[in-house]
Amino acid sequence: MSDSQPENLPATSAAGDAQTPEAEVIEQREGMFGVRGTGDTSGFGGLRRQVALPGSTPKPYGSWFDGAVDRLEGLAADGAIEKVVVDRGELTLHIKRENLVDVCRHLRDDEALRFEFCSGVSGVHYPEETGRELHAVYHFLSITHNRRIRLEVSAPDADPHIPSIVSVYPANDWHERETWDFFGIIFDGHPALTRIQMPDDWPGHPQRKDYPLGGIDVEYKGAVIPPPDTRRSYN
Amino acid sequence: MTTTDPYATTRDTTEGKVFTVTGQDWDSVVAGLGEEPEERVVVNMGPQHPSTHGVLRLILELDGENVTEARCGIGYLHTGIEKNMEFRSWVQGVTFVTRMDYLSPFYNEAAYCLAVERLLGIEDEIPDKANVMRVLLMELNRISSHLVCIATGGMEIGALTVMTIGFREREKTLDLFELITGLRMNHAFIRPGGVAQDLPPGALDKIREYITWMNRHLKEYAELCNANPIFKARLQNVGYLDLAGCMALGISGPTVRSTGYALDLRKSQPYCGYETYDFDVPTWDSSDSYGRFRVRLQEMHESLKIVEQCADRLEKMEGQPVMVADKKIGWPSQLAVGADGMGNSLDHIKHIMGESMEALIHHFKLVTEGFRVPAGQAYVAIESPRGELGAHVVSDGGTKPYRVHFRDPSFANLQAMPIMCEGGQVADVIVAVASLDPVMGGVDR
Repeated sequence: MSDSQPENLPATSAAGDAQTPEAEVIEQREGMFGVRGTGDTSGFGGLRRQVALPGSTPKPYGSWFDGAVDRLEGLAADGAIEKVVVDRGELTLHIKRENLVDVCRHLRDDEALRFEFCSGVSGVHYPEETGRELHAVYHFLSITHNRRIRLEVSAPDADPHIPSIVSVYPANDWHERETWDFFGIIFDGHPALTRIQMPDDWPGHPQRKDYPLGGIDVEYKGAVIPPPDTRRSYN
Repeated sequence: MTTTDPYATTRDTTEGKVFTVTGQDWDSVVAGLGEEPEERVVVNMGPQHPSTHGVLRLILELDGENVTEARCGIGYLHTGIEKNMEFRSWVQGVTFVTRMDYLSPFYNEAAYCLAVERLLGIEDEIPDKANVMRVLLMELNRISSHLVCIATGGMEIGALTVMTIGFREREKTLDLFELITGLRMNHAFIRPGGVAQDLPPGALDKIREYITWMNRHLKEYAELCNANPIFKARLQNVGYLDLAGCMALGISGPTVRSTGYALDLRKSQPYCGYETYDFDVPTWDSSDSYGRFRVRLQEMHESLKIVEQCADRLEKMEGQPVMVADKKIGWPSQLAVGADGMGNSLDHIKHIMGESMEALIHHFKLVTEGFRVPAGQAYVAIESPRGELGAHVVSDGGTKPYRVHFRDPSFANLQAMPIMCEGGQVADVIVAVASLDPVMGGVDR
């Protein structure tokens, strides 16, 4: 851990166990409280923090993960699985977007995998991860084997296309519409990719990180409180 | 008579004539259709309609009385909770999620807190008493949520007694919530690391009284409805959805259990110590609205069994902690009932203001900055009254959530509305939607 490690990280998480994957740095943050371009007398401007997500896990993954990953590697096209991450007892497979539908079909149909139940897709926006800004995260449940698996697919902001898996999991219909609505990920092949939560004529995709939260200053007894996204906050 | 009503006008559009109907003005609509009315009518039901369970908009294409096509319009209650959480601390997030599905607030809180706890790596350190209290509150909440489902469902088909007794029992449950958490709804009581506060004195007696009351009154629903010919005629074979349909559409909860499949995450992937409680997962085999009603009714009895076991355990747990021992996570202050109702514990204020500067700094840091959660993501799913409630929580290692997404069962289940309603009659749409029990606060978030 670097010296810029915040001291209020809970003690329990510091101990690295054998399964904790190598961290993958996606972003560097500097300073604190969002202060930019002013004379820094506090020293906060010298703070550095790396944003590092759990990276690729080497084999063996432990538990049932090895069997399932091997099985899927055998069934899917070469290189379809970009990365396997085992973190906090959860298995995440990073899948190339062009292979997603194929992988999903194997996940659902193969007897050794049999993930019958799709719990939907959720978007995550990493604006600093160049070329992989938009992530679609799918969760599946195998009722037969009582297991959960997560697929993560990324697309660049410049080309936000990910194939739709509605043809395999009809349950994903509304979930993909929601992710399109909030993140602007275009799910190719979706039967009717329209906005679902926001009004039809809404400009922009509200849950992207570059989309402001909005809000107005609130005045109370002479003091002005700015909206939450423009308040000072910890980086 | 309605020609002067500004809210019930007629206008011509490119799609045909559009009527705004406010009730008791059907004659003018029929008259307005002219000599040879078109049989096919598109009815826009809602979003302001008492029987669509909140601001749900149903778009029904009718041929006479039959529904030929049905679609849902949602988003009228979208509040941007997921986005807002990204600007608040991890603990403040609880205050937001509790407002999602407002009929099952404890489930939202529990799913979120379990996910945060997994990210923190403190899943095994949650005190037993906190887990028992979580289970107690969740099961009480299951009863109150199912009561609303049955009560409003009954009201919509004209069974008003079911509504009045349903809300009477629900009120008893909310009284317990108020006693334990201080609030009837939107509790923000389950926190990362445990629960906000210990049981207040006298709570166990009230829980016992409640169990006695419910044991006496839960029977009434079965007596009123189970064999009631009108009730059965309205519910049986309405809103049919079999197991294959449920799996394809990602339907969970009472709907899938009404097909005879006992899918329940409390049994298959237990959390909060559910594996140590004795209860059954009720099922029915008719795959229709009546089956869902019977499943919910039976589930309330099972929940009451769990509540009773929780009360027995809590009796032996007096004085045990309800928050993790890690002082960097657990909220520093404890609440106490002061002269003005709820407030901060005077002992704690005395400690930080008069005795220990370090305690004051610690309190200040934890309350303003909050704790950091190691980077990564977690998905925790629990069995809410409506099915699989999943919380996908992503942290970038900061003091605020990087992204929180809720897989709300109401949202997923509502996708089954068209397949349940198409081919049926308009009156059956109400019954089918009610049997899904969608809560728009959860659907739209």
